[in-house]
Amino acid sequence: MAYVDAADHLADDAHAEPRSFLTRYVWSQDHKVIAVQYGGTAIVVGVVGLVLSNLMRLQIGFPGVFSFIDAERYYQFVTMHGMIMVIYLLTALFLGGFGNYLIPLMVGARDMVFPYMNMLSFWVYLLSVVVLMLSFFVPGGPTGAGWTLYPPQAILPGTPGHDGGIVLMLVSLVIFIVATTMGGLNYVTTVLQARAEGMTLLRMPLAVWGIFVATILALLAFPALFVSGIMMLLDKTLGTSFFMPALISLGQVSGHKGGSPLLFQHLFWFFGHPEVYIVALPAFGIVSDLISVHARKAIFGYRTMVWAIVVIGGLSFVVWAHHMFVSGMNPYFGFFFATSTLIIAVPTAIKVYNWVLTLWKGDIHLSVPMLFALAFLLTFVLGGLTGLFLGNVSVDIPLSGTYFVVAHFHMVMGVAPLLVVFGGIYHWFPKITGRMLDDRLGQLHFWVTFLGTYLIYFPMHYLGVLGMPRRYYNYENYDFIPASAHMLNVFITVVALIVGAMQIVFVFNLVWSTFRGARADANPWRAASLEWFTPHTPPRHGNWGAKLPVVHRWAYAYSVPGARADFIAQNAPPEAGGFEPQPHSSKGTAS
Amino acid sequence: MAVALVLLLIVVASLLFHWLTPWWLTPLASNWQRMDDTLTVTVLITGAFFAAIMLFLIYTVWRYRHRSGQRAAYEPENPRVERWLIGATTVGIVGLLAPGLAVYADYVHPPQDALVLEVLGQQWQWHYRFAGLSEKAGAKGSERLGGTDVRFVAPDNPFGLDPADPAALDNVLVTGNEVHLPIGRPVKVLLRSNDVLHDFFVPPFRARMNIVPGQLSTFWFTPTTAGRFEAMCAQLCGVGHSNMRGFVIVEPEADFRAWLAKQPTFAMALAARAAAPRSTDPLVARGGALAQSKGCVACHSIDGRTIVGPTWKGLFGKTETLVDGSSAKVDDEYLKRFIRDPAARPIKGFAPVMPKVDLSDAEVDALVAYIKAQTAN
Amino acid sequence: MNSAVLPLPGDDDSSRARALSIGLWVFMGVATTLFGLFLTAYVMRLAGGDSTVIALPPQLWLSTALLVLASVLMQRAVTAPPARALLAQGGLCALAFLAVQCWAWLALQSAHVVVAGNPAASFFYVLTALHGLHVAGGLVACGATLRSDDPPRWRIALCARYWHLLLAVWIALYAAFNWITPDVARVICGVPR
Repeated sequence: MAYVDAADHLADDAHAEPRSFLTRYVWSQDHKVIAVQYGGTAIVVGVVGLVLSNLMRLQIGFPGVFSFIDAERYYQFVTMHGMIMVIYLLTALFLGGFGNYLIPLMVGARDMVFPYMNMLSFWVYLLSVVVLMLSFFVPGGPTGAGWTLYPPQAILPGTPGHDGGIVLMLVSLVIFIVATTMGGLNYVTTVLQARAEGMTLLRMPLAVWGIFVATILALLAFPALFVSGIMMLLDKTLGTSFFMPALISLGQVSGHKGGSPLLFQHLFWFFGHPEVYIVALPAFGIVSDLISVHARKAIFGYRTMVWAIVVIGGLSFVVWAHHMFVSGMNPYFGFFFATSTLIIAVPTAIKVYNWVLTLWKGDIHLSVPMLFALAFLLTFVLGGLTGLFLGNVSVDIPLSGTYFVVAHFHMVMGVAPLLVVFGGIYHWFPKITGRMLDDRLGQLHFWVTFLGTYLIYFPMHYLGVLGMPRRYYNYENYDFIPASAHMLNVFITVVALIVGAMQIVFVFNLVWSTFRGARADANPWRAASLEWFTPHTPPRHGNWGAKLPVVHRWAYAYSVPGARADFIAQNAPPEAGGFEPQPHSSKGTAS
Repeated sequence: MAVALVLLLIVVASLLFHWLTPWWLTPLASNWQRMDDTLTVTVLITGAFFAAIMLFLIYTVWRYRHRSGQRAAYEPENPRVERWLIGATTVGIVGLLAPGLAVYADYVHPPQDALVLEVLGQQWQWHYRFAGLSEKAGAKGSERLGGTDVRFVAPDNPFGLDPADPAALDNVLVTGNEVHLPIGRPVKVLLRSNDVLHDFFVPPFRARMNIVPGQLSTFWFTPTTAGRFEAMCAQLCGVGHSNMRGFVIVEPEADFRAWLAKQPTFAMALAARAAAPRSTDPLVARGGALAQSKGCVACHSIDGRTIVGPTWKGLFGKTETLVDGSSAKVDDEYLKRFIRDPAARPIKGFAPVMPKVDLSDAEVDALVAYIKAQTAN
Repeated sequence: MNSAVLPLPGDDDSSRARALSIGLWVFMGVATTLFGLFLTAYVMRLAGGDSTVIALPPQLWLSTALLVLASVLMQRAVTAPPARALLAQGGLCALAFLAVQCWAWLALQSAHVVVAGNPAASFFYVLTALHGLHVAGGLVACGATLRSDDPPRWRIALCARYWHLLLAVWIALYAAFNWITPDVARVICGVPR
């Protein structure tokens, strides 16, 4: 392990010796650099996913017009879009990007506890992305089995990419899981072990709690994807029959027998449901901090919020088969999973109430981060409520596999967390770079993205209620679908193209402002949490200078009665007051 | 101000959209009214929560927007409010779950006297099977359906019925994607597949279920409205997934019985197989074998039916119209080029889903010879 | 490739030891989950009805004994001298374990028990391969510890702890191969006869 003796380092630091470009920016073990590497890679791969979604919409909105999009290509686009967005963008960005950057700074550590492994985790992630992209170039192209990769079709002729494509997809996922495990060990151990003096667990900002619990979920849920991926790989390459029953597809007898396609689905969704919370919980945590800072008010019910994150995380492991209500599994399971799914709605609703109650009687600055936070509230409430339709088993029966599901998961996993990603980037950009993102471009980006995605996904629910199935290359044959529905598809496609193009503005803003943005001071939002109080902005190697910070209060000392300023830093001396509410008292007071 | 106004506009527009939307459930054509009722209850409860939370949020954003000199209040927690909110939410959740589970309890218990229909999903078409017409007192429908196995599957036996099983001989086999059902009688649908996952979904019936190869799945419903309903495959099953359109015709019992009597039985299919003329030309015979082993017969018939692709009966010598408007004569050259690269010049009127299959030159020649032989000279 | 890392809080051996200890516990949780899920899949698949019990090769008795010996030696290395030698011997036993596992595979192959076909065989190969990979990974860490002439006691304790997990997982797998027959699996899954 490259863990060098303490004495050598103090010397290094004092003399600020120039190190090579490679060790500073490429093979860096600094969590801040690794975070930017993760974030940059995730955004690039996300743009690929965005282009794929626009191509899909071109086919749905204008069927037959774009002849290069045939049925095979269409399903390949659908599959790669889904997998890229869920795994390679959202998971990598929240855990590897936000997690890496924020955790050490927010808990008062110099870096992650295993910096070498942290560096490795990025390069392994990058390798997984390269392997995935390679599947575009093998004979047969990438897999077109849908991001859920259900057997038996995923490895049979009749589905595109059933040779090299599916193999590379599965190998890429296995590599990604190794990367996530390496990163996850870092995030969990750093939170448990490397907090600064005075930083108790219940003084950590909710952003850390969200990422921390999400990481635990990732460590325990990704093994299920690993297991199912290995078994499918063996079914494909060695002819085992884990998931493959005796079958004859397109005239060809497959040579398998006895396997169970439902076994794959159970394993996949045992991973897949916690996965959506791996994306959602960091978003919950980050948005809590955005709301609190920009409304100058302590998050309402902090301990309840922590409890809710933990309970949601735990419950997320016992709801998976709500993705399988019409799968043909034992029908009696439906009773259990509908109940557990609707129970998980309760702690989630409490978080929503607490966010709104934080804003109530606040001092709401409508900055770009706050705008994204408000948009999150609207879209998450909508998306979460439509989840109640799908979680209630008998209501789900006619809605499963339709555009209602597509609209629901895009709203609650695509739009809402992505709005938090944007808000978080606008919020922490001055910390990362020492400059502000351009505000007018930010406003433009916000309004078009927010209104555009709402216009895309809100009406889409109704196409699902009508009965339009998802994953259809072409709807022209079906008489029960009125012409107005096809017109709506055209409308949605046009809006999607506009929203897609608008993201160019965001990327431009990111790049331009990094080099030419207005200089920010160290704490432009006047936030109280620890990460804003490093001696330098951007923080230098080691984050805190010669002495680590000492923390005396929670991260939400805003508008404390009697205090002069409307915030008190976490590491301000104890005399400044602003302590967290003690247990069993209904109002916290400066003591 | 502007922000609160825009949010208000969005919420009001959303509620208005819901009230005015032209896209809602297809008219119910089955007994599952209670599913629709539970959906309505869900819309009402979630709509109420949506409106309440959002209007409160909008008011908050407007009332507490930053103005100079303003300072936020300090109220980091309020356990009483939280307890009340948890309680109200739980009541809402129970209000949703109770009717939902009650309907589901009915859904998982099909009536004893239901008519049994077996639906076979196959890439990319539907077949249907009923037990024979002769009434045996006390015998349940499913017991009178003959046993199946994948090893018996053949183009003229897509179900894979066991010829040695006496219960199979009088099974009524329906091909051509269209099935009839009698109005007012409960139907228990048995779902079977010999290849991949499918799902038999007719939105006006509401009830549906995935089809899983290697096992049987089931759902039940009672058709209550006569008519012609489109069935769709609702579980991605390969490139032809959006092409698996079927039809369910619901009609009076007498008409149904008349239709059923006209459908062939398995015994008749076996007899037809025995009587089929065999070609003496070895190249044509090889082509016929390849048409089966390479899966061509899944989409191309030789009896004039259109399955997914054009029928081979009378195909050779025809003039086909291509998607780009030009026409082409179907001769040897055309067939060879088409088989090698189906996507190059797609035909008008057919979905471009034909896969590229690995074939040697000799195999392509054999296939062409077989296709030629389907045009009577 | 060492971009000099500044000292972590309380950066002495004990803080590093605590960090690695927590990290190892978490990793052990992940590995346990992985094997637990695989065993669950094993039970579910075996209840399907087309598997037959395979005759486990007798080499597995030897490999099990070697793994037990490895754990014993590593545990003694924590408490009693000569620590480094005992650790090395434990590592050698684990290496021998892997060799005997390969021998067991060869024995099965010559009995025509192949990976495709009988799911009991498929799972046997997959599970032993995965377990073997985890043993190999542990050997890498063990080797890194042995690089120093006088490895600190806490590092040896971490090796020993991981080895005990490998042994526990192996015993669970071996018990499953022996006792979770298709009939037992059907009882667990509630499949009617």
